[in-house]
Amino acid sequence: MSEISDYRQQLLQAIQTEKATVSLMEVCGTHTMAIAKSGIRELLPPNIKLLSGPGCPVCVTSQGDIDAVIEMARQKDIVLVTFGDMMRVPGTYSSLQEERSQGADVRIAYSPLDALRVARENTDKEVVFLGIGFETTAPAIAITLEQARSEGLSNFSVFSLHKVVPPALELIFSDPNINVDGLICPGHVSVVIGVEPYEILAHKYKKPCVITGFETMDILEGIFMLLKQIKQGDAQAEIQYRRVVKREGNLVARQSIEKVFKPVEARWRGLGVIPDSGLALREEYESMDARLKFNIPDMEEMPIKGCACGEVLTGKINPPDCLLFGRACTPLNPVGPCMVSHEGSCAAYYRYTPAKGRG
Amino acid sequence: MAHGSGGLMSQQLIDEIFKSAWNNELMEMLDSAILNITAGRLAMSTDSFVITPLFFPGGDIGKLSICGTVNDLVACGAKPLYMSTAFIIEEGFPLSDLRKIADSMAATAQEVGVKLVTGDTKVVEKGSADGIFINTTGIGIIPEGIDYRPQRVNPGDKIIVTGYVGDHGLAILAQREGLSFTTPALSDCTPLYQLGEMTDKYGQAIKCMRDPTRGGLATVLNEIAKQAGVGIRVKESSIPVSEVIRAACDMLGMDPLYMANEGKMVMFAAAEKADEILADLRKLSPTINAAIIGEVCTEPTGMVLIETELGADRILGMLEGEHVPRIC
Repeated sequence: MSEISDYRQQLLQAIQTEKATVSLMEVCGTHTMAIAKSGIRELLPPNIKLLSGPGCPVCVTSQGDIDAVIEMARQKDIVLVTFGDMMRVPGTYSSLQEERSQGADVRIAYSPLDALRVARENTDKEVVFLGIGFETTAPAIAITLEQARSEGLSNFSVFSLHKVVPPALELIFSDPNINVDGLICPGHVSVVIGVEPYEILAHKYKKPCVITGFETMDILEGIFMLLKQIKQGDAQAEIQYRRVVKREGNLVARQSIEKVFKPVEARWRGLGVIPDSGLALREEYESMDARLKFNIPDMEEMPIKGCACGEVLTGKINPPDCLLFGRACTPLNPVGPCMVSHEGSCAAYYRYTPAKGRG
Repeated sequence: MAHGSGGLMSQQLIDEIFKSAWNNELMEMLDSAILNITAGRLAMSTDSFVITPLFFPGGDIGKLSICGTVNDLVACGAKPLYMSTAFIIEEGFPLSDLRKIADSMAATAQEVGVKLVTGDTKVVEKGSADGIFINTTGIGIIPEGIDYRPQRVNPGDKIIVTGYVGDHGLAILAQREGLSFTTPALSDCTPLYQLGEMTDKYGQAIKCMRDPTRGGLATVLNEIAKQAGVGIRVKESSIPVSEVIRAACDMLGMDPLYMANEGKMVMFAAAEKADEILADLRKLSPTINAAIIGEVCTEPTGMVLIETELGADRILGMLEGEHVPRIC
C-alpha cells in the first residue's frame, strides 16, 4: 500500500511541475467521479485543466428519448425495467419516478437478465428493458435478447438507447470551439473496443489518447502519460490500464454486439445528432424492438430552459458556470441529467467540491 | 382466515410462538406491561423494520429489530431494560419463518439482558404487507450525569468509529440482488450493549454517540456537524473499511461511507481520553476494529471535510437521493 501511495505522490509531483498550459478531457463519467472523489482536480496546477466529457450514458440521453420512454411506460400492461440511474432523469414534463408514483409499472434492475425474469413471471404483461449505456453494457443486452429469443419469450422487448463512444470523440476533436489537447479514454469501454478506434482518432487529429483505469494512481499515470506525449509532440493511443485492457479489446463481446445491433444515427444531449453513434436492433430482432412493437414515435426535442448540460458535456463550461447549478438544480431536485446521474459531472462537482469551487 | 397449509392464518398459533419464545414473568396477560423502574432519566426509542430480504448473511429481521432499538438506546448512554414488539404479518407468511424470527429476537434480547414485555400482532390480507413488518420500542435508564447530546461536541474532540463501515448495507444489497463475492459480505448486525461499560468508565469524556444506520457514517457526521455547529475533518485512510466492502463498492460504484451499518457506533470523545477509549474498545469483540478517524474543528461550520488518500480535501456531503449501483 505504501509503495502505491509513494508512486502516487511521485506522479502528482511530476504533474505539478509541468509548466505548459494543457486541457485534458476525461471522457468517462466514472473518471469524472473518481477525479472528484480523490480530489485530483484541486491538486493540479492552474495550467492543467481537466474537462469532463460526454461519457455518462444517462447524461447524454436526449430529452426527446426520455419523453418517448415515459410515453411508453404509460401504456397499459407494460412493465418497464430500467437501471436505477434513469428513474429521476427529468423529461420535458415528467420522470420515470413520477410516472411510477402515478401508477406506471417501472422497476429497477441491476442486470438485463433481471428483466428476463420479470418477463417469465409476468406472461400476461409486456416487459420492456430500457437498454442504455455504451459498448460496456451492449453485449449483456445482446446476450439477453438472444436468451429471450431462445426461450421464446414473446412478451420481452428492449428499448435501445445504446450509444457507442468513438463517433462522439471524433465530434469533440473536430469541433473548433472545443479546446482539448488530449483524451483520458474510458477504461471499461476500451475493454470491449480495444485501442484501434483511438489510434485512428489520435493520428487523424494529432492528439494523444490514453486508455486509463479508475484508481487514483491510474488516473495520475494517465495524465502523466498524456503530458509526456504532448511535451514530445506525440499523438499516440496508449494503454495505461494494461492489467485490464487488451490491444485488440474483447472480440467475443464485439461480435455479440454486431450480431444483434446495427449502427444508426443518434441524438446526444449537448452534441446533437451524430451519424452511426447509436445502436438499434437488427431486422432479425425487430420483433423485440420496443419502439416498433409499441409504435413509439420520435419525440420532439424540447430543451430545458437555462440548463447547460450540453455545454458541460462537451467541456465548454464547468458545472459551477451553469446558472442553475446548486440553485435551481441540485441532486435532490435535478433539472438536467448531469445532476441526476451518479456519474454526471454536475453531481460530482456538487457532491465533492468544496463550496469555494462551486462559484 | 382459515387454519392449515403451514402458512400463517391463526392468531392463536402466533401467540403460542411468541409466548414460548420469550416467556418472562413480566409478560402477563394484562392490557399493559407493568414495570418497576428506579428513579432517574429514561431514554425511549422506537423503530420499524421493513427489510427485504428477511434473512440475510449475518442476521435476520428479528435480530435486527432488537439491535436497532438497543443501539439507539446505547447511543444515548442508556442501559436498555424493556422492549415492546409489534408485528404486522402478511397472511400466508410461513410459520416456520415466524418461529425463526421470534427465536432470533429472544436470543438477541437475552444476550443484551433486555426484557420483551409486551407485544401485538396483526395479520393483514395477502398483498397488504410484504411478509412481515416489525416495530420495537425500547426504554432504558440513563446513568446519573450522562449527557450525550450533540451540543456537547466541541472543537478538538476526536471522532472514533467502532469498526468496519458499510458491511450491513452491502450484505443486504448483495443478497437482494443476487450478487455473490468470493468472500461473502456479512451484515454487522450486533447489539452494542457492551458500550455501556464505556459509558460507566468514561462518563462525560464521551461527548456524544450515534449509530450510523441508514445513510451511513457520512450522514451521521453531517448531522452532528450541523447540530453541534462545528466543522468535522476526517481522514479517508483512517476509516476502517474491509477489503471485501472496498472491492465490492469500487466495482458497483458505491461508497461505503454512505452504506448502512447495524452494529457500529460513531463516538465523539474528549481528546485527552480518546486513545484510552480506543484501546478499551479494541478489547471488545464487536468493536475490535475501532479507529480514530478524525477530529472536530471550528470551521467550516456544519460541514464535513475528508482528506483523500491523495491529500486533497473534499466535501463529504449528505446522501442525496437513493444510493444505487452504477450502470457501467
